[in-house]
Amino acid sequence: MKRFLHFLILLVVWVMLTWSVHWQDLLVGFVVALLAEIMLGDIFPTGVVKVFYPRRFFWLVVYSVDFFWYVILANFDVAYRVLNIYLPIRPGIVKVRTRLKTDMARTFLANSITLTPGTLCVDFVGDHIYVHWINITSEDPEEETELIVRKFEKLLERIFE
Amino acid sequence: MSESIGLGLLIVGIAFDVVGCIGLVRLPDIYNRLQAATKCVTLGTCMILLSVVFYTGIGPISSKAVLCIWFVLLTSPTGAHAIARAAHRSGIRLWEGSFMDKYAEDHEGTEDKV
Repeated sequence: MKRFLHFLILLVVWVMLTWSVHWQDLLVGFVVALLAEIMLGDIFPTGVVKVFYPRRFFWLVVYSVDFFWYVILANFDVAYRVLNIYLPIRPGIVKVRTRLKTDMARTFLANSITLTPGTLCVDFVGDHIYVHWINITSEDPEEETELIVRKFEKLLERIFE
Repeated sequence: MSESIGLGLLIVGIAFDVVGCIGLVRLPDIYNRLQAATKCVTLGTCMILLSVVFYTGIGPISSKAVLCIWFVLLTSPTGAHAIARAAHRSGIRLWEGSFMDKYAEDHEGTEDKV
């Protein structure tokens, strides 16, 4: 079942790339998707299917809107820092803790941290994330965790866990 | 109508890309530069691709543009993370004006030999 879903996703990507439903194109897409699934199916992340449950999907939509708002904020933040003559930065690497357990949720968390204002994910060790922060506003690990991680963690917990 | 929306998105996208490139030159070290490169260039590129969608309407070109947006959003932060980690592990220090470096404190002496 899981493999069949992966196969369908690959086939949809193929159809989007070729933009044709001629049987020859579909046949080639079928063979390519099947080969990719047979060779690489084991390394696909688990738990993707869960996202399509209605309640989780609703939170995924909420998360996407939230995420795009933060991406736009991040861009104005960078523009402000870069175009300012005095270059108002106070960079450093801080260590924050996460409650998320599944790989998928952690991947999304790390990518979200990288694309949101002033933070860049450097490494993941156990439950801790090392985050490069362009403008450090506090030295307390708890407060840093609150500022960087919590806003996404609440939503990601509802989607993936 | 959709052409003017496309044009607006194109202008804003290029503006963000330019800011990202200025950031690449102005900011002091590799980690700060990566910040500017990932954030601005990701949104700028996505907006340019979105403007392509508005310009051409639904068709073969816009479907490829939508796929490209998805791949850029997935791969750009992952690439930045890999570069930052590799830079730190091969011994590149933070800018001297940096405030703290918890990663170096926790990983003293574990850098990969170059």
